[in-house]
Amino acid sequence: MTHVSIEINGAQVERDIDPRTLLVHFLRDDLGLTGTHWGCDTTNCGTCTVQLDGRPVKSCTVLAVMADGHAVRTVEGLEVDGVLDPVQQGFMEEHGLQCGFCTPGMLMTGRALLDAHPHPSDGEIREAISGQICRCTGYATIVRSIQWAADHPAGITNGEAGEAGGAAEEKEEVPA
Amino acid sequence: MQISAPFDYARATSVDDAIALLDRLGEESRLIAGGHSLLPMMKLRLARPEALIDINELAELDYIREDGAEVRIGAMTRHYELIESPVLQRLFPIFADAGRVIADPLVRNRGTIGGSLCQADPGEDLTAVCIVLDAVAVLRGPKGERTLTMPEFHRGPYETAAEHNEVLVELRVPVRPRSGSAYEKVERRVGDYAVAASGAAVSLAEDGTVAEIGIGLAAVGLDDRPAEAEAVLRGRAPSEELVAEAARLTAEATEPIDDLRGTAAYKRHLASELTRRVILRAIARAKGQER
Repeated sequence: MTHVSIEINGAQVERDIDPRTLLVHFLRDDLGLTGTHWGCDTTNCGTCTVQLDGRPVKSCTVLAVMADGHAVRTVEGLEVDGVLDPVQQGFMEEHGLQCGFCTPGMLMTGRALLDAHPHPSDGEIREAISGQICRCTGYATIVRSIQWAADHPAGITNGEAGEAGGAAEEKEEVPA
Repeated sequence: MQISAPFDYARATSVDDAIALLDRLGEESRLIAGGHSLLPMMKLRLARPEALIDINELAELDYIREDGAEVRIGAMTRHYELIESPVLQRLFPIFADAGRVIADPLVRNRGTIGGSLCQADPGEDLTAVCIVLDAVAVLRGPKGERTLTMPEFHRGPYETAAEHNEVLVELRVPVRPRSGSAYEKVERRVGDYAVAASGAAVSLAEDGTVAEIGIGLAAVGLDDRPAEAEAVLRGRAPSEELVAEAARLTAEATEPIDDLRGTAAYKRHLASELTRRVILRAIARAKGQER
């Protein structure tokens, strides 16, 4: 067993783990952070993407021991004080997910891209997510979702509540 | 679930520590850098090292430095750094060309130039880049450092001259005046290994003739530079016809195989066409006509 101390979503986590434990399984099985999905297991699909020191990586191809002393951010770390990250809001606004399996990885890559390049072109977004597969083939809406977040760096503000919340409220009012 | 066989894990605190660990843990221990070749092999149990020595913390090997007539690249320089480096963009654009077609951006956040060269996968791109640029590999072991040319270092698929207790620490790339370089690859889909890939570096004499040229290919069974093809251009004014002739001779020197990525005939065709393109682009860049 090897002792690790890893910052996960801002909190320090200490565990004794088998060195062969992959980061994706450490997050899901040891810490219960199942928001990170476990997909192809072969570094291809990218649904297991998390941020390691702010850069997106495929957590099926990183040993958890390699993250010792480093900072990991998962999809659970996007929401702050009950407010969704603008990238998450973008996926709601622009229908960025269908089945949702690739979504956590797409969100983490989108967040990392915008942190480094706040105003990416569509081409830069496509390049950023080129290591990730959406088997619903919903790439166009994923690009639009990340672009929405670039256009709304503060997310949905009160003044814009009509864009998302308004539509939902209207539907609820119909039966009444 | 793909999980590797058990292994002991040690984190190196310095290059010398890594060398000492390799010595102490013996022949069945291996260095791990980015791990994007080794871990997948371990998960499939194609590799079963008894111990892994993690060198990811060795910041002393993570640098790109202009040093007089050469550029020094630390072995732990990650693929994304090869693409983003202003020094390499200015002096050796071939690194950005090749870097952008290595796997995908997420893999490039972990993969390292030292790892790629030591893994020596036949479809891997950076060995060809280093061969083209006349780079020198610096190895450090218990007896100190030694420098090897790329043909000395790279022995063929999955084989290098590095001893078990040696660490590839640096690549040294000579800077030549009026030079340009380029790399192009054909892949079945984004992020795949090459069907075929070609790189070229050209430096021009003051009169516009070719002073020096290097050609290198990946995935087509050519580990050395095609001397006959290079000789066609060296010392001559590089016309399109001569470049095409050099490309044709390059393709003749390859020994591609039929596999899932394509037939040998198709790969040889690619070797010729891609070589023609990268030589022309390298010349244009040497003249400052293209970025």
